[in-house]
Amino acid sequence: MAEERRQKQCSVVLPTESMKAMAESVGVGQLQEESCSALSEEVSYRIKEIAQDALKFMHHGKRRKLTTSDIDNALKLKNVEPLYGFQSQEFIPFRFASGGGRELHFYEEKEVDLSDIINTPLPRVPLDVSLKAHWLSIDGVQPAIPENPPPASKEQQKTESTEPLKVVKPGQEEEGTIQGKSQGATAADGKGKEKGLMRLKPRSTHELSVEQQLYYKEITEACVGSCEAKRAEALQSIATDPGLYQMLPRFSTFISEGVRVNVVQNNLALLIYLMRMVKALMDNPTLYLEKYLHELIPAVVTCIVSKQLCLRPDVDNHWALRDFAARLMAQSCKTFSTTTNNIQSRITKTFTKSWLDDKTQWTTRYGCIAGLSELGADVIKTLILPRLAVEGARIKAVMEGPVVSNIDKIGADHVQSLLLKHCASVIAKTRPLPDNVEQYRVDYGYLGPMLCSHVVKARTQAALQAQQVNRTTLTITQPRPTLSVSQSGLSGSGGPRTPSIIKVPSSLTLMSPRPGTPSQPSPPATKYIVMATSAGAASTQQVITLSSSQSASPVTSTVPSATSTLQPLVKLESGGGPGLTGPRPLQKYIVVSLPSSASSSLESKSSMLPTSISSTSLEAGMKMDRSDSPGASTQSPH
Amino acid sequence: MAAVQGGLIDTEEEKDIKTEPSSDGCGNNNANDGRLHNASPGTTSSGGSNKPAAGAAEDQQTLLAVLQFLKKNKLTESVEILRREAGLSEETDDPKGLESSGAGSGGVGGNADAGSGDANSLLSRVSVSSSAVSASAAPAPPKAVVAEDQPDVNVVLSAYSQQGDPALYDVYYSGLKRFIETVLDCHRAELSQVFYPLFVHMYLELVYNNHENVAKAFFEKFSGDQECYYEDDLRILSGLSKKEHMRGNETLLDFRTSKFVLRISRDSYQLLKRHLQERQNNQIWNIIQEHLYIDIFDGMPRSKSQIDAMSGSLAGEAKREANKAKVFYGLLKEPEIEVPLDDEDEEAENEEGKPKKKKPKKDSMGSKSKKQDPNAPSQTRIPLPELKDSDKLDKIMYMKEATKKIRLGPETLPSICFYSFLNAYQGLTAVDFTDDSSLIAGGFADSTVRVWSVTPKKLRKVKSAADLSLIDKESDDVLERIMDEKTASESKILYGHSGPVYGISFSPDRNYLLSSSEDGTVRLWSLQTYSCLVGYKGHNYPVWDTQFSPHGYYFISGGHDRVARLWATDHYQPLRMFAGHLADITCTRFHPNSNYVATGSSDRTIRLWDVLTGNCVRIFTGHKGPIHALAFSPNGKFLASGATDGRVLLWDIGHGLMIGELKGHTDTIYSLKFSRDGEILASGSMDNTVRLWDALKAFDDLETDDFTAATGHIHLPENSQELLLGTYLSKSTPVVHLHFTRRNLLLAAGAYNP
Repeated sequence: MAEERRQKQCSVVLPTESMKAMAESVGVGQLQEESCSALSEEVSYRIKEIAQDALKFMHHGKRRKLTTSDIDNALKLKNVEPLYGFQSQEFIPFRFASGGGRELHFYEEKEVDLSDIINTPLPRVPLDVSLKAHWLSIDGVQPAIPENPPPASKEQQKTESTEPLKVVKPGQEEEGTIQGKSQGATAADGKGKEKGLMRLKPRSTHELSVEQQLYYKEITEACVGSCEAKRAEALQSIATDPGLYQMLPRFSTFISEGVRVNVVQNNLALLIYLMRMVKALMDNPTLYLEKYLHELIPAVVTCIVSKQLCLRPDVDNHWALRDFAARLMAQSCKTFSTTTNNIQSRITKTFTKSWLDDKTQWTTRYGCIAGLSELGADVIKTLILPRLAVEGARIKAVMEGPVVSNIDKIGADHVQSLLLKHCASVIAKTRPLPDNVEQYRVDYGYLGPMLCSHVVKARTQAALQAQQVNRTTLTITQPRPTLSVSQSGLSGSGGPRTPSIIKVPSSLTLMSPRPGTPSQPSPPATKYIVMATSAGAASTQQVITLSSSQSASPVTSTVPSATSTLQPLVKLESGGGPGLTGPRPLQKYIVVSLPSSASSSLESKSSMLPTSISSTSLEAGMKMDRSDSPGASTQSPH
Repeated sequence: MAAVQGGLIDTEEEKDIKTEPSSDGCGNNNANDGRLHNASPGTTSSGGSNKPAAGAAEDQQTLLAVLQFLKKNKLTESVEILRREAGLSEETDDPKGLESSGAGSGGVGGNADAGSGDANSLLSRVSVSSSAVSASAAPAPPKAVVAEDQPDVNVVLSAYSQQGDPALYDVYYSGLKRFIETVLDCHRAELSQVFYPLFVHMYLELVYNNHENVAKAFFEKFSGDQECYYEDDLRILSGLSKKEHMRGNETLLDFRTSKFVLRISRDSYQLLKRHLQERQNNQIWNIIQEHLYIDIFDGMPRSKSQIDAMSGSLAGEAKREANKAKVFYGLLKEPEIEVPLDDEDEEAENEEGKPKKKKPKKDSMGSKSKKQDPNAPSQTRIPLPELKDSDKLDKIMYMKEATKKIRLGPETLPSICFYSFLNAYQGLTAVDFTDDSSLIAGGFADSTVRVWSVTPKKLRKVKSAADLSLIDKESDDVLERIMDEKTASESKILYGHSGPVYGISFSPDRNYLLSSSEDGTVRLWSLQTYSCLVGYKGHNYPVWDTQFSPHGYYFISGGHDRVARLWATDHYQPLRMFAGHLADITCTRFHPNSNYVATGSSDRTIRLWDVLTGNCVRIFTGHKGPIHALAFSPNGKFLASGATDGRVLLWDIGHGLMIGELKGHTDTIYSLKFSRDGEILASGSMDNTVRLWDALKAFDDLETDDFTAATGHIHLPENSQELLLGTYLSKSTPVVHLHFTRRNLLLAAGAYNP
């Protein structure tokens, strides 16, 4: 491998084309091929030399990043006039675009109006250098203060919970590995044993400092308090602060106890807040929750399958909570499931068992199906699809049979749309064409026809999305991408709402909040589709758009989760609140973020795009669908 | 054979001396000594009485070398003066005399013969003779010595002009490779050392003779076989594919001008020689003869790990002879100062604890003991400034503090206080603390130097001259009155440099601050007036590091020009120039007794220089990356060094041996410091950690039997983990500087990089 790399080192030279281009730019017309290659070798050699010298300056500047000033200094060393003017500290001002099979790096130059520059206020003066002292260690022990890093890294927390015997002191695990590498396995084994003998049980201090206690109090109060702005701040803190390791047991107990109490009291709002705390904890990159799953998972599962989560099940949107919790469950399955704890299979079993039970209520049923279908396409294929016919029959019984109770009807309705949403995308991927309604009816029973239309829609949308994705990458770099994108986005999101849903009898007509359909009695739903390229600052961009949405409708509970999923290709969240506050003009934000175009993984992503188009679009379709149901259901009371 | 073993003279030494006189007209060692003595304030020096009598023959030789240099530059007057002063007769420097002195300086002698000839003819002679030598495959030419002084590329390269069939290089090399792979295990490791230098020289020969494609193929085929620690050099080599590139390439010059030194046991060497002679493999044999210096020893061949521990430097290992000179590593006797007794009452309560604490201090420092440490240099070996009253007060303070010092050990680790520089925007390049830990200074990439007070005492300037004249000079608090209260602030900024400040150092008396910069100057700042006093110009290239002597007055600087310079604050020209490193000097440190200076370099060696003679007395090899940190133990016996490879190596100065390797850091080590009594070694690194090591244990484990001392074959303890006492991770703050306060509290500093 080293040899390969060196070979590369040896042979890398500038292409002769660039020599020609440079020659032309300084007015030398015909440059012979030979002189080009001679020049390029010479230039490559000089550039390498300068780069090597620049590294020296980097090392002495005690930095890890090579800056342009290092290059300037290296040039000075060689008695070459430095390239003044590129004093950028951080980045190289090239942007990347691809499309039509071509990849392009270009320098983004905008026309600048001088008067604008003159009239803008001066930027803030950068803060002056200052000195701050803190204790890194007191008598050999590192105090747990914010200035110091968290006492245990995530990796260490992980090893601590999975392999408690191998635990070493913070910061020492690196040596362990190095040692293992350099001196063979025997040394490492010996060390492990020695440590094991010295102290079998790893000790971690469970005393919280006064500051930590204060912090815990503030955070928990804000999380369940009434001020939404405060809550957002607190959740942000939970999701990002590195030093929460020691408070984790407290938080997990807080959540599990909180859920226990509030389920009994049917306090939907508080349950939602608690689930958002779980979400924030899971998002924190420095925390490893494995040790606390025994408290968190029951709480989350409760929020998925509990018979009743709110005081007025016919009005309140507890479905959104179930969806959200199901997503949390799926995420923790993905992150923490190992062969030892078997979380995923245990959870799957639990869900399946209660779903198969005939006496299960529609609410629980909904939760089970949501929980299962969030676990991925494979689970849907093996567990849900075979039971579609049975479930369809049950839904039919409620829908078309004698009116038993409104609650049951709503429940069945939700289950139906849930099934359609999740199954359609899977079927679209797995089932071969053509989509024959009769065949569907045979295969899936009552739900067959609807499923069929959903699948057709998913397929067409996939094709549409494919074009769209291609188009956006091109338009994104142009000065006004929003317009074109949002238009295409509209048409795309409008796609899934085929007449088939509307044709569904009775209550389902309520469900389609068709934009610009005045026939509906419900307040006009404004719909925004925000598409953002996530280029570097994507996360902040999203946060900004989302926080504005928060201010517009303070009930939006699921909004922060929009920023959370790891790498959303296409992502979308509903602004539907829990419905506690009753009717409100509904605002819906659909955030579709595209893969970063300036990130380091450029090549891989851009090359991936064409192949993955279908899947992304499908996913988009799916998620959009999903967002429909809770969003729509808030309007159901009208 | 004989030729290979010959050439005992240390070529580096010769170089040092030769470059030195170029600084002024009457430059010679005697004159230099005299100047050093006269220059020192308040020292009644007695001329040459301090000069060590030992090594007269060597001295004579160096004098002759100086003479030749002067002649070459037609400085006849100086030649006369020098000759008179040194008492050399005309005959002494005739070629015969030199030849008989047997130091392999035949070439030099030859040139002296042609004393009136100018440099050009000198060089042409060298190139002619060297090509003649290569043609006849005669024993290695000693002329390389001269070529080194004049790194004229043509001359240097001409040795490569030998013609062989380029296609056969591949065959030769693989043939040798096959042979070495089949020899007995015990020899294989030793002989494998030959691969790298051979590879480099064969590649360069190919490139020099314009066989570009063959060279490329050769490189691609065999570069993967080389040891991983040569990767940086290989990368430079790989870029070099044309004869034209060889001009002006520094790395290349290093390969050529210095023979790659290998240490091989006699048995292994015989084996190699026999093989090459049997195969008529003249190509390789020539290279070995010309470009390699094989240091043959009797006894058991070394193991792979022993070889790996010592190799890695740009020009192979140090010759054993290079580390044989006597080093006076002991400490100087502390001046007798009467500690005033008025603080009896204050100390009354810990009366019984006091003697206990003082006793070990005496032992470790050897400061108060009446009898002179046999390893210490004489008190006046180099003239040191006399103590002023304020210095004495400071010493008293120091001793008082020392009694309150915490005894550190594996059980009692020091507390660490971390000073983070906020908003430094990646611009912090150097940090230093004063010895009493009252001030902290930072050098920045924006060319500024900033000084902070870390005590409640604010920084104040001295009043202007007009205001000063109004002060009553007889009053008791005159020192207080001269300060301008209006200027009091917590920090001061010093402007003056025109490039990033890479080195910074406080004077021991806290009156001055030194800073070295990319602009090639070293500046001396007054901490009374907060203004620049002197800009020392001498280095033309970036100066990477500078440090005050522990006794003040002298300071050392080293930089990109590969020369370390010793200065005195009141001279604008350097007193000594230490040349010999093959790449940038990256860090410089004074020995606690001020008689020696250690320099670390990008050529991955550490050299110890004698301040008095200007000779290189130790060369330590073993690091696999540029060295960025050095620290002497407080007792002066040991040296610790840290490099970009993240390893700390420990050296015994007296024996010239590597005695320990501390592995743990994962990135460049930028700072090292021993605790005040030398029990703990603290290392700070780019990997954001401070690590504490048990230095006492590391030095105790050392068994220095005669054999190890004689051969330099070390057995490093396998596991350095048990020496690691603690690791303290900071939050994304690389540790740039470490400092133990007088009470053994560890201070660390670095810039926070969010």
